[in-house]
Amino acid sequence: MFKSLAPPEYLATIDTVKCIRCKRCILNCGWGVYSWGGDKVLIATSKCVKCLRCYHYCPEEAIQIHDNPTRFKANACWGYNNIRNIKRQAESGGIPLTGMGSDLPYPILFDNLLIDACQVTNPSIDPLREPMELRTYLGKKPSSVSFVDDKDGHVRLKEKMPPQIKLSMPVMFSPMSFGSISLNAQKVLAIAAKECGIVMNTGEGGLHEDLFPYRENIIVQVASGRFGVNPDYLNAGVAVEIKIGQGAKPGIGGHLPGEKIPLEVARARMIPVGTDALSPAPQHDIYSIEDLRQLIYAIKEATNYKPVSVKIAAVHNVAAIASGIVRAGADIVYLDGFRGGTGAAPTIIRDHLGIPIEHAIAAVDDRLRQEGIRNEASIIAAGGIRSSADAAKAIALGADAVAIATTALITMGCTVCGKCYTGNCSWGITTQRPELTARLDPEVYAERLINLVHAWEHELKEILGALGINAIESLRGNRERLRGVGLDTQTLDILGVKPAGR
Amino acid sequence: MNHNYQKDISGCGLTGLINKKRRRVSGSEIVKSLCLMNDRGNGLGAGYAAYGIYPDMADFYAFHVMYDDPGMRHEVEDHLRGNYHVEKTEEIPTAPVKAIHISPLLMRYFVRPLKERLAGGIGSDDYVVNTVMRINSESGGAFVFSSGKNMGTFKGVGNPADIARFFRIEEYEGYIWTAHTRFPTNTPGWWGGAHPFALLDWSIVHNGEISSYGINKRYLEMYGYKLTLLTDTEAAAYMLDLLIRRHGITVKTACQALAAPFWKRIDAMPEAEKEALTALRQTYGSALLNGPFSILFGHAKGLVGINDRIKLRPLVAATHGAFTYMASEESAIREICPKPDKVWSPRAGEPVIAELE
Repeated sequence: MFKSLAPPEYLATIDTVKCIRCKRCILNCGWGVYSWGGDKVLIATSKCVKCLRCYHYCPEEAIQIHDNPTRFKANACWGYNNIRNIKRQAESGGIPLTGMGSDLPYPILFDNLLIDACQVTNPSIDPLREPMELRTYLGKKPSSVSFVDDKDGHVRLKEKMPPQIKLSMPVMFSPMSFGSISLNAQKVLAIAAKECGIVMNTGEGGLHEDLFPYRENIIVQVASGRFGVNPDYLNAGVAVEIKIGQGAKPGIGGHLPGEKIPLEVARARMIPVGTDALSPAPQHDIYSIEDLRQLIYAIKEATNYKPVSVKIAAVHNVAAIASGIVRAGADIVYLDGFRGGTGAAPTIIRDHLGIPIEHAIAAVDDRLRQEGIRNEASIIAAGGIRSSADAAKAIALGADAVAIATTALITMGCTVCGKCYTGNCSWGITTQRPELTARLDPEVYAERLINLVHAWEHELKEILGALGINAIESLRGNRERLRGVGLDTQTLDILGVKPAGR
Repeated sequence: MNHNYQKDISGCGLTGLINKKRRRVSGSEIVKSLCLMNDRGNGLGAGYAAYGIYPDMADFYAFHVMYDDPGMRHEVEDHLRGNYHVEKTEEIPTAPVKAIHISPLLMRYFVRPLKERLAGGIGSDDYVVNTVMRINSESGGAFVFSSGKNMGTFKGVGNPADIARFFRIEEYEGYIWTAHTRFPTNTPGWWGGAHPFALLDWSIVHNGEISSYGINKRYLEMYGYKLTLLTDTEAAAYMLDLLIRRHGITVKTACQALAAPFWKRIDAMPEAEKEALTALRQTYGSALLNGPFSILFGHAKGLVGINDRIKLRPLVAATHGAFTYMASEESAIREICPKPDKVWSPRAGEPVIAELE
């Protein structure tokens, strides 16, 4: 066979002196890098994706995975990946795929924003000694409420509030379908969501019956393939999300290959085993904002008026689009920045379409306020939320809550190797191979995810305390407590943030 | 929406009194109370608000206007004459005070919007608010610092005693008084920046720094308010105007939006009340004033004192007969009411509401 001219990305090496020939690396690698050569382990390094499963499971620490030191001649214009991708395309004629969010060095504005703290003129608050509130309600709020005093002098609500999703903190799990991730990975999310008082999202993969007990903590998604959608499904969670687009692949549909559709996935999606699950680029009953309105209200009718979320990728005109979505009746607008993750997307799309989430939050929050409709819908921000600080900054820019997916997967062992689309995930996350998914014990890994969420909860409380506020709603949209470093005037203007020193 | 503003920060002392039976008392009382707390200010701002001081003009909005640029006077007066019936125009009476070398031109107008200007269903209060917003945000050099009926505020850069002498406060008689001495930490002090802050018959004196100011400001802007002073007090005043006057919420409930009870307390309430307070917080989350504050706000029907939700600034209240007193320090109350019937420290977030009979 013609040897690929695209050099291997990584060099997997085994120290043969340290190696005790236990063959655990062979067992653990989902990509078939290792095989047994009679007296030693053989290495097919071109298959290696540096997921580090073998490294962690080698009892002797005999394995090292290096970035391939052999590079093309250095060239400031023709970078290593430019040349390598061309060679790959020349060999395959296809569109190179990728997983996870873009790894290109676009500016990350979160890293150029700093949060304020109190000194003297207003006291900071100690979250260990004083109450600190993170509770968040997602959904449409009236612009005003009316009360009547009952005969005992207590206030009573005159008109019922629209339905709200109650979160114990402004964090939720982003949609990831059964199919793109394993059922065990979804169970980890469900267990953690329930324990932490937040929500997960089914993605476009239907709802497996094992998740029914978690319905109070689930948002069900309706996307262009309409997989698994029926009246029971729509009513199975606390809200319904219409997915228009995804930050990693705006304007692009999805393709879950037939090999990844075993019986369980097929049942949840209500399609035959082994058929390709194709999600069209647009929803073919939504070619306009008025079509969206009809679907929103069709879903509301079918669910006795549960909150409806509309998820869009952050694109150039996101503010006007979001305004239209709110006017079309959505209770929640879910913004997914271009750095958001994916199970599979064409690399060229992932790396070059859309806008960062920071700009999108600021633009949408501003626009909804200018139009006096900010109360009509909650804003969820997603796409590269790496820490509680990112979450706090997103909320200060104007989001009601953030959604995390990559972060959640990292607690399950993911190392962001970006090869989710292959279905070979050695950590049992983005695969349906039973021998691999069995590695992900939902109970065990849920504990790690719960730890993470609790850690962020503590951190958010510390941030609020330093800011001298004791409720998350006082941070929401409070851009006065952010300062930019190293940002140009126009960017600061778009973010509505002053430079540090002002 | 301009984000490139410099917020005004200050510490303060405040005091207020109300006679529920509308017995009017001289301003000298409140001056005496305020002057006891001289160390809570630094001489860069003091002010007084009084209700019941213009009984003969009670049907007219009393506009107190300061002109940093006296040239603006004609423009403002032309605007007023074009849109209002102007009953009376006069300079606000002042007395020379050694420590106050320079002051803006201070004018007083008693006005009523012309009927034809109220076409299309706009109420006269709304019309007045629009006028005040417009002059204050657009004129540059003219500033309406009081616009209520039968009430007025008097304020400037100076210490409490000098400002009182300058405005001849002892000559006014009112049934509600509030007063304020200021300790700005980042501005040289501007006459318009002193407290009380007033809009229509709302007047606010405030001690504290509202750490949620950024979102409070943006929330108010969504409802057309223009925050030109960049003080917490201004934000608090507009918030009360929005909740009480425009949204029709009672004073007590509005206080529960501004200093919201904690979820833990709401969750333990009886079902109907829990539902109401949950809705209040869900709807008015952006109206929550978070951070240290004590506020006194006067209005046509009474005086209200309120603290932030964990009481990070002092507030003491007392009653004596028909009088209710509220101040930063108990000593300021005892200075003018040595033997109150009752003295107490209101709990965090629980308003003291004293209403006229």
